[in-house]
Amino acid sequence: MSGTATPGAVHHQPYRPVFVGEGRTALEALFPHYPTRQACLLPALWLVQEARGWIAPEAIGEVATVLGLTPAYVRGVVTFYTMYHTHPVGRHFIQVCTTTPCSICGAEEVVRALLQHTGCGELGATSPDGRFTVIEVECLGACGFATPLLIDDDFIEGVTPERVAGILQGYK
Amino acid sequence: MTQDLVSVTIDGVTLQVPKGTSIIEAAKQAGVLVPHYCYHPALPSPAVCRMCLVEVEKAPKLMPACVTTVVEGQVVHTDSAEARRARTAVLEFLLINHPLDCPICDQAGECELQDYVFQEGRGGSRYGDYAKRYNPVEEFGPDVLYVPNRCILCTRCVRFMEDVAGSPVLNVSERGDRAYIGIDPGQLLDHPWAGNVVDLCPVGSLISRDFLHKARAWELDKTASVCSGCSQGCNTMIDTRDNTVVRLRPRPNLEVNRHFMCDHGRMHYRWMNRGDRIEAPLVREGERHHATDWDHALQRLGALLGSARRVVLLASGAASVESLGLLRRATRKATVTAAVQIPMAEDPDQPLAGVPNLALRRERAPNGAGARLLGYTAGWDEALNAAAAAEVVVLLDVALTEAEARQVGATAHLILMGTHEGQVLGSAELVLPVTNTAEEGGCFVNRDARVQRYQQARQAPGMARPAWWVAAGAGGGDAATAAEAFDLVARDVAALAGLRHADLGLTGRIAGAAAPAGAGA
Amino acid sequence: MGYPHPSHPLERPLLSRHFGDAGARSFDGWVKRGGYQGLKKALGMTRAQVIEEVTNSGLRGRGGAGFPTGLKWSFMPREVTRPHYLVCNADESEPGTFKDREIIRWTPHQLLEGCVVAAHAIGAERIYIYIRGEFTTEYRILKTAVAEAYHGGVLGANVFGSGQRIDVVVHRGAGAYICGEETAMMNSLEGRRGNPRIKPPFPAQAGLWACPTTVNNVETLAAAAHIVREGAAWHKALCRGNPRSTGTKLFSVCGHVQRPGNYEVVMGTPMKDLIFEMCGGMPMGRRLKAVIPGGSSVPIMNAAEVEDCLLDYEGIVARGSMLGSGGMIVMDDSTDLVYQVMRLARFYAHESCAQCTQCREGTAWTVRILERILAGKGRREDLDLLLDLADNMTGKTICVLSDSCAAPVVSAIRKFPEEFEAYLSRSRAPVTVAV
Ligand SMILES: Cc1cc2nc3c(=O)[nH]c(=O)nc-3n(C[C@H](O)[C@H](O)[C@H](O)COP(=O)(O)O)c2cc1C
Ligand code: SF4
Ligand code: SF4
Ligand code: FES
Repeated sequence: MSGTATPGAVHHQPYRPVFVGEGRTALEALFPHYPTRQACLLPALWLVQEARGWIAPEAIGEVATVLGLTPAYVRGVVTFYTMYHTHPVGRHFIQVCTTTPCSICGAEEVVRALLQHTGCGELGATSPDGRFTVIEVECLGACGFATPLLIDDDFIEGVTPERVAGILQGYK
Repeated sequence: MTQDLVSVTIDGVTLQVPKGTSIIEAAKQAGVLVPHYCYHPALPSPAVCRMCLVEVEKAPKLMPACVTTVVEGQVVHTDSAEARRARTAVLEFLLINHPLDCPICDQAGECELQDYVFQEGRGGSRYGDYAKRYNPVEEFGPDVLYVPNRCILCTRCVRFMEDVAGSPVLNVSERGDRAYIGIDPGQLLDHPWAGNVVDLCPVGSLISRDFLHKARAWELDKTASVCSGCSQGCNTMIDTRDNTVVRLRPRPNLEVNRHFMCDHGRMHYRWMNRGDRIEAPLVREGERHHATDWDHALQRLGALLGSARRVVLLASGAASVESLGLLRRATRKATVTAAVQIPMAEDPDQPLAGVPNLALRRERAPNGAGARLLGYTAGWDEALNAAAAAEVVVLLDVALTEAEARQVGATAHLILMGTHEGQVLGSAELVLPVTNTAEEGGCFVNRDARVQRYQQARQAPGMARPAWWVAAGAGGGDAATAAEAFDLVARDVAALAGLRHADLGLTGRIAGAAAPAGAGA
Repeated sequence: MGYPHPSHPLERPLLSRHFGDAGARSFDGWVKRGGYQGLKKALGMTRAQVIEEVTNSGLRGRGGAGFPTGLKWSFMPREVTRPHYLVCNADESEPGTFKDREIIRWTPHQLLEGCVVAAHAIGAERIYIYIRGEFTTEYRILKTAVAEAYHGGVLGANVFGSGQRIDVVVHRGAGAYICGEETAMMNSLEGRRGNPRIKPPFPAQAGLWACPTTVNNVETLAAAAHIVREGAAWHKALCRGNPRSTGTKLFSVCGHVQRPGNYEVVMGTPMKDLIFEMCGGMPMGRRLKAVIPGGSSVPIMNAAEVEDCLLDYEGIVARGSMLGSGGMIVMDDSTDLVYQVMRLARFYAHESCAQCTQCREGTAWTVRILERILAGKGRREDLDLLLDLADNMTGKTICVLSDSCAAPVVSAIRKFPEEFEAYLSRSRAPVTVAV
């Protein structure tokens, strides 16, 4: 199943399996932590996303194979969780909270500044230089530090529109 | 068998049901149908549609009848104002994104959404002019189409594929009101039992391409039948429109097929509508066949069968117990070599994983077991070889190869009871038009010795008659109905002893001893 | 303490004592600060004794429902015939709530200590800590702490030489608020969609992999270790008159206050003290309009209700809302409540797992009606419709996410009708929904 190009795949290079070599070792390190292979699904998907930046249809097939599940099952799970990307995203993925606690503190202004400074133009789109994708997310659990951003794995608190340009400079 | 019983009162009816019964099933026994969508007796209950909420006295809120089990002394009101209000609300929620395209929907007339909305939906929609969710129609498999806009996300289809078929190719994708039923792009819904999702879908979201726009549900006549696709004997419903069979659907029989049938059986109906039928009895005079009437034909047949000392019977595995049995009776004075023709599939049995002892069987005829009970036990080649020495050979609705036709062609008296013109052999002395399964009542015996009745679903063409009627008229016995024919046959056969047609009901009975030599060949 | 601000005299910092103190993060640092004494004591007690201590302390769940913790633990079978599991709920996704994150960030060993105490009490050999995927920093901190704890003998085959085996697995979520609901969390851990399960069966009968399971919030577990160390009587005495609400509670305060942050106060402290004294009140020149006191899933309070409200389970109920998770969203008079209620409804619509009809369709419909009102196209009947939908969404579904969407909508319409009226009468300029 892995390695076969599925119709609709976005990229054209042959698929490189994730769970070989070190990837395989990382996967197998999960197994003792759970009584079933199925339970390794979320961590295994994280491994894929860390390795490839997103979860391609072929990766869904590969995960299904290594865990003894079907691709349809895995796809149902992947699409439930908003942090898994089923499409390629920019080099830096920016999540900005706009739920009520941040909204009342001006999160929408931060979003506008982000869209402008990244050149993304609209939410969910990738900037023409491929550098950024900005999405709006629900409560990041840092409401006292409005407005929080999650850029890749960096959690940044207290962002104001004025700070945006400076913050982005750290991400090439 | 002792079983713990609890006493419950549902809409004023007090009854005793086994402990662990759900309210929805207990209500059925009390004659009350609790409206529901996600619940299906053959699937695990997720309690997601929330349509079956009922009032249970002393409970703080409405309870889902599908997963709430009865307890002693419980008092349930399925139709209280509060329960009705909750149902009306669920219906309103289900309709906000629904395209309301009943006029072009195949499900119209047998749609549980349409039905309940009609019964207790709101007059008008309060949803107003907001845009509705729209997703294009998808091809899930060779016969199954998915119309997402009509989907109410009851998940029956997903659960069937996962828990019953054991082949989880469908999923719920996304969440919130963006959710839809998904399939993996690399896979197809082509499991041998996949067609059941169309029946399970309570709305017109999963539809059969084969049935697409063929008929409106209210134009259909429905007849209880038994599938003739294999020896499993799944119980079916034949849907006809203007005397044409347009669809087969499973009919529940917990002992045989629960609520399901396989795709092979489901599609195994076109032959029922064949046009090239033999419409009148024919006698051969010289090189040609001439039409005659039944009186004459039966007289000739009776004379032949009554006087022959060696007879060969070659019968179809789809012939009824009644026909096979009365043919044996009509030839009881002769030495008979009887064989039954059963197509065998090359593939192994194709089971439905979640139901014990249910599979599309290799033996692709419905009444092989019945034929064997009635002494049709000779090998096919053995019977063909015996033809040379026989005075009379009777062919009952069989399909012969050219070589086989030559082999029987040399017989002194060849009698052909057939359904269609392709079967007619020039050397046949008598050609007698008989009905096919859809055109007669009768019984089959399935591989587990269950004797099951099927009923007549369409009119016989021309002068065609059930083969048992023909055999009866030629000395087989005194039977004017299939029921009388069955009782006559059962008297003679040890394995059927004690079974009466009237006792078979619509779900059948197991034949006593499985003694193949019972008919005394 | 009111991290990131210095502790206020009205606070009683127990769990938050070391917030901001990076030295408390390591195993050694934690031990130096008196850590793991509670666990040592617990290991010397029987399971039943630990449960009794926690029961007598009056501790109630800090995750939202306020269920008595000792009682919950006592539901676990006495005999361990199948694996027992403890799940620590670190999914913290309830808008307005950010306290568990602080506990993990500064004092991960405080949490681990509580986890092991609880695991001992319920007979669990394995603990899963389910942390939301967005907490990337806290995930790393927790992983480090777990490794240290194994090294220090707190975890593993022989916890503190007791002969008992206890393991911890840190499991990352991947973006789904609903996974904070305990049965959804169990599904998620099993590698499924995070759909809440039907109860019964309850987790203590059949939870993770159908085995007996207890799910507790981070703050609950952290508090349990302190209770075992100091004794039930000590905890019960942390009370300002209402014996049903004892101990300290972390309140996350956000929105329109001078000093947002986490404040730890004894149950029963006046809400006004928290908002106006500890948090410094509204920004200059602003007045309090509304407070959502328990995370976004509870009814909105108006200024009058805040006036004499006491911060404990019963005190907030008496003023028309609920304590919930202790996440307080404070809104001043500049707030457009209609917009914010729409924003909350959108949160629930986004997070609905899609199982139940009323929730899947009702949350999305609610958003559309509110957006139309905001756009200046509302009709007067829309308010009745919203209330009716809310009623149809309450008490009818598998979990309470549906109810949670309804609660702020209903309370806003009831308590702040003038906000809606302004849009309906077109006296307020329409707002197109920005993002
Ligand atoms: C929709 C929903 C979301 C929830 N989210 C959380 C959460 O993020 N963190 C949490 O501790 N409890 C959450 N809960 C409550 C949990 O279901 C559960 O009651 C709690 O974790 C039990 O722990 P406790 O008894 O220690 O409070 C949520 C409940 C619901 C219905
Ligand atoms: S397609 Fe039909 S059976 Fe499947 S979830 Fe939708 S309504 Fe239910
Ligand atoms: S109420 Fe909503 S979130 Fe909860 S189970 Fe039902 S659909 Fe899912
Ligand atoms: S039939 Fe009970 S909830 Fe669907």
